[in-house]
Amino acid sequence: MKRVYVNEKWCISCHLCEYNCAFANSGETSMVKALKGVTIRPRIRVEENDRVSFAVACRHCPDPICVKSCITGALSAKDGIISVDSWKCVGCYTCICACPYGAIQPDETRGVVQKCELCTRNSCGEPACVKGCPNGAIVFEEREKKQ
Amino acid sequence: MINYLYPDYEIVRDPSKCIACRVCERQCANEAHSFDEEAGCMVADSSRCVNCHRCVSLCPTRALKIVKSDHTFKQNANWTGDRITEIYKQASTGGVLLSSMGNPNAFPIYFDKILINASQVTNPSIDPLREPMETKTFLGKKTGEIRRDEKGRILPYTEPQIELSVPIMFSAMSYGSISYNAHESLARAAQELGILYNTGEGGLHEDFRQYGANTIVQVASGRFGVYKDYLEAGAAIEIKMGQGAKPGIGGHLPGTKIVGDISKTRMIPEGSDAISPAPHHDIYSIEDLRQLVFSLKEASEYKKPVIVKIAAVHNVAAIASGVARSGADIIAIDGFRGGTGAAPTRIRDNVGIPIELALASVDSRLREEGIRDNVSIVVGGSIRSSADVVKAIALGADAVYIATAALLSLGCHLCRSCQSGKCNWGIATQRPELVKRLNPDIGSQRLVNLVTAWKHEIMEMMGGMGINSIEALKGNRLMLRGIGLNEKELEILGIKHAGE
Amino acid sequence: MLKEGQIRIPSGCAISGIISREGKPINGRDIVESIRVMHDRSNGLGGGFAGYGIYPQYKEHYAFHIFYDTQEAREECERFIDRHFDVINLSKIPTKKIPAITDEPLIWRYFVSPHPTKLADSQLDESEFVARCVFRVNTEIEGAYIFSSGKNMGVFKAVGFPEDVGEFYRLDEYEGYSWTAHGRYPTNTPGWWGGAHPFALLNYSIVHNGEISSYDANRRYMEMFGYRCSLQTDTEVITYIIDYLSRKKGLSLEETANVIAAPFWSTIEKKPEEEKLRLTYLRNKFASLLITGPFSIIVGFEKGLMMLNDRLKLRSAVIGEKDDRVYMASEESAIRAIEPELDKIWAPKGGNPVIVTVNE
Repeated sequence: MKRVYVNEKWCISCHLCEYNCAFANSGETSMVKALKGVTIRPRIRVEENDRVSFAVACRHCPDPICVKSCITGALSAKDGIISVDSWKCVGCYTCICACPYGAIQPDETRGVVQKCELCTRNSCGEPACVKGCPNGAIVFEEREKKQ
Repeated sequence: MINYLYPDYEIVRDPSKCIACRVCERQCANEAHSFDEEAGCMVADSSRCVNCHRCVSLCPTRALKIVKSDHTFKQNANWTGDRITEIYKQASTGGVLLSSMGNPNAFPIYFDKILINASQVTNPSIDPLREPMETKTFLGKKTGEIRRDEKGRILPYTEPQIELSVPIMFSAMSYGSISYNAHESLARAAQELGILYNTGEGGLHEDFRQYGANTIVQVASGRFGVYKDYLEAGAAIEIKMGQGAKPGIGGHLPGTKIVGDISKTRMIPEGSDAISPAPHHDIYSIEDLRQLVFSLKEASEYKKPVIVKIAAVHNVAAIASGVARSGADIIAIDGFRGGTGAAPTRIRDNVGIPIELALASVDSRLREEGIRDNVSIVVGGSIRSSADVVKAIALGADAVYIATAALLSLGCHLCRSCQSGKCNWGIATQRPELVKRLNPDIGSQRLVNLVTAWKHEIMEMMGGMGINSIEALKGNRLMLRGIGLNEKELEILGIKHAGE
Repeated sequence: MLKEGQIRIPSGCAISGIISREGKPINGRDIVESIRVMHDRSNGLGGGFAGYGIYPQYKEHYAFHIFYDTQEAREECERFIDRHFDVINLSKIPTKKIPAITDEPLIWRYFVSPHPTKLADSQLDESEFVARCVFRVNTEIEGAYIFSSGKNMGVFKAVGFPEDVGEFYRLDEYEGYSWTAHGRYPTNTPGWWGGAHPFALLNYSIVHNGEISSYDANRRYMEMFGYRCSLQTDTEVITYIIDYLSRKKGLSLEETANVIAAPFWSTIEKKPEEEKLRLTYLRNKFASLLITGPFSIIVGFEKGLMMLNDRLKLRSAVIGEKDDRVYMASEESAIRAIEPELDKIWAPKGGNPVIVTVNE
C-alpha cells in the first residue's frame, strides 16, 4: 500500500510540513485563521541537527506496537492505516511510550492522543505534508517490501 | 563610515496574514528575516534582501512580497539612480563593479521587432496534431563529395555529427559556478529530451560520465579538468574563445569555492583560485586556433565534432569566416545579453553586439563565401522563448543554446547575486544546505517540461507557416518581417519590413 | 507593379505531361488539348509548354529561346552570344497572331555550340559553361531573357491561358517524344512573359503546381553555388535544385527525390539498416534542399519525365497509362480528354517519385 516516506537527502528543514499538517487537521478553510497566534501541534515533526534534517510521522507499521499496547482498543489498524478513536481513548499515553518513532503525540486540549492518519479523516484528500513539500523530501508512494 | 545607499528592494509583510512559521527566516541565506521574540512577530531587514523570492515562494500564507523601493535620488536623465549608486559603491570600495547574468540595459531587442509569417489560402497550414512535424536536427559539417562503391551505391560517410531531437541545447555553465544538483538536473534533462548540455570549463564530475552521449565537454582558457578521458567522455568538444557577457575577459572562481569535488573535478588544489586567462595562451591568432582544433580532433580520434564558441563582437562575421575555415565543425555565437556568474559590470553592459545582428551577418557572410556547409551555427544570449528559437533559426541558426532560461526553470529569479555564493535556490552555490534545495528529480522534470513546451510551440509556429521540417525553416528569412526597424537594420538582418 | 525578380510571387497552377516510352513522336496538339481542360486552374496570367525531341535536325546544339524587350537588348545579347558561341542557325520563333495573346516581346531562337577556345579558357565543362552564360545574360543584359537552353528540346511560354499560348506558338507543327504543360494562377499580376512556366535550365524543365514554404531556405542555399534566383519563383529554385543535385552532384533522380521530398524521420527509422543510413545521409547532407509545403511537379529531362508530390501530398497528381504512352496531370480529366480509354490510372503517393524514361 502507499505510505509516506521521507528522503532526508532532500529535506531542506523548512518545516512547512508541520504547518501544512496542522492546517489540514484544523478543520479551518484558511491557514491564517487556523494557525495565526496558535502554537501548532502537528502530527509530523522535522528532526534536525546541524547537517541532517528529516520529517518524522507515523510509519503505519504492519505489526504495530501501539495498537497492541492500547488498553481500550482506541487504536486500530484498518487497510494498513492506524487510526485513533478519540471516544475510546482515555489518555493513558501507553502508546506514546510504546512507539519507537515518537510518532504519537498527546492532544493536550482534549486529553487524548493524536497521530498521522494519512489525512484520511480530514478534507485534504491526500497527505498534506506530501502535497506541500517544496523539494520532494516527503513522498506518498507504493514501495516493494524488502524481502 | 557613512552608508550612502538605501536598499533597492523592500520586504513587505502583511501582518494580518503572517503566522510566524519562520519558513522565510529558515530559507533566507542572506538572513533578511528574523523572529522578534519580544514582540512575538517576524521582522525583516531589507538591506540584506537580494529579491530572489525564495521567501515569497515558500510563504504558506502569501504574507510576503518584495517591492521596488520608491526611495529616490535627485536623479536626472543623465545622472540616473544607477549611475549615482555605482559612484557611491566605487568610492567606498575602490573596486571594479561586478555583476551577474546578462546585459540588463535598454538596448534594442531585435527578436521583439521581428514578426513570423503564416499561411493563408495559397498554401495550407499544417496541423502538428494531425501531421508529422519534424524538429530533429543534425549539427556538424555537411561538406565532402558523394562517394559510391563499385556498384554505384552511396557510401553514407559524414563528418561527426550531433543529433538533436529539437534544436535547443543547454549552454555552458561550469560545475563550480553552478551546483552539483544543477548539473545533474541539466544532464538528466538533456538525456531525456535527446539534446545536449555543456559542462562549461569546470571539468566533468565522475558521476555524470553516464550522460556522456548528451554532454558537450568544454575546453576553455584555464583548461580545468581537461585530459584525454574528458575529451572522449562527451558527444562533442567545445573550445570557448569568448563569452557574450564578457567578451575579451577571462574568469575567476575564488578559492573559497574550490572545495571537495570541485577541486577534484577541476584538477586544481583545494582553496586555489581558478583563473581562466582572457585569451588562450596558446591561441594568439586564427592559425593557432586551427592547431588546437586539430589537436583535440587527434586526441579524440576525429570522432567528435569540435565547437568553437565566440562572443558576438563587432567583426564577428570575419571571425566566423576564419573559424569556419579552421576545421571546426560548429560555431557557437554568444550575444551580449548572454548570462554569467560574474562579470565586470562595465564589460557586461558595454561590450559586444546583439545576437540577432551577429547571427544574420555571420550566416550571410558564410553563404557569400560559399562555406556555410563547413559549419553549423548555434546561437545563444539570449533566447527567451520558443518564438526567439523560431526567429533565430529562420535567420540562419542551426540550433540555439539556452542557459538563463534553463536556470529560470530551475527556480532562478534573476536576482543577479550569483557572485555571493548564497543562492537560495541551490543553483549558484556550493553550500551543502543550499545545494540540497534543488532536487534533481524536480529540476530535471522542470527542464524537460520547459523544452517540451517550447517544442510544442515551435511545431505550432512551423505548422502555421506550412513548414513541417525544421531544416526548411533554417535561413528561411522570407518567413520574417521587421517592425519599426530602419533600412540598415533590415539590411543586416536580411529581412523585409512588415507590409512589404 | 513589380515583376518577377523584384518581388516573390506565389501561385497555384495546373500541370500536365505526356511521354512515349517507345520514343514515338507525339504532336504538340495533344498536350494543348490536355491542359485546355484545366482552364479554371489558371487565370490567364501565364501558360507554357516544354517539348523534348522536337529539334532532331539540331540535336547536337543548344537551342536558346530568348525574349527581348527591345532591339537594343537583342543586339547586345547577340554580341554576347557571338563572343561565346558558334551560332549554327538563328530565326524568330514562328507564332500566330491571335486576339488572346498580346504585347508579345521579340521571340528569337538560336542553335549554338560553345566557342571551343572560350570553353577551353573557362576550364569548365560544357554544360557548366552554357549554364553560366545563361545566368549572365539573364542577370546582366537588361531586356534579354533566355528561357530555354537545352539540346533537342524547347520551352514555349507566354502571358495568357495555356491553350491560347499553344495556338500562338503553333505547337501543332512540332512533334516530340515527351511534352509538359503549365497553366498559371499567380497571386499577383506581373504580366511578364519570362515569369510564365515551364522554367528550364539546360535540359531540365519544370512545371510546378504549389507554393513551397521552404522557398527562402532553398534559395539562399542554392545561391551559395552560383545559382542566382532572379525570378524569385518556386519553379526557378526547384529547377536549380534538380540541376545541382543531378548534374553537379551526380545524384540519380530517385536520390534527388529522396532529398527534396525526403521521407519523414519516422519512416526512415523503419527502413532496413543500409537504406536507413543512405536516406539519413542524403537528408542530412542536403538538409537545406528539403522542399516543404504543397507541390506537384513534372520534371522534364533528356529521354524522360519525373512526377513528384510533396511528402504530405498537398497537391493533386494522377498518372495514366495507355500502350506506350504515360500521362501525368493535376487532374484525371486532363488525361481523359486526350485518352479516354486508359489501361491504368492511379495517384502516386506523396514523396514517391514516378520516373518514366524512353526505352533505348
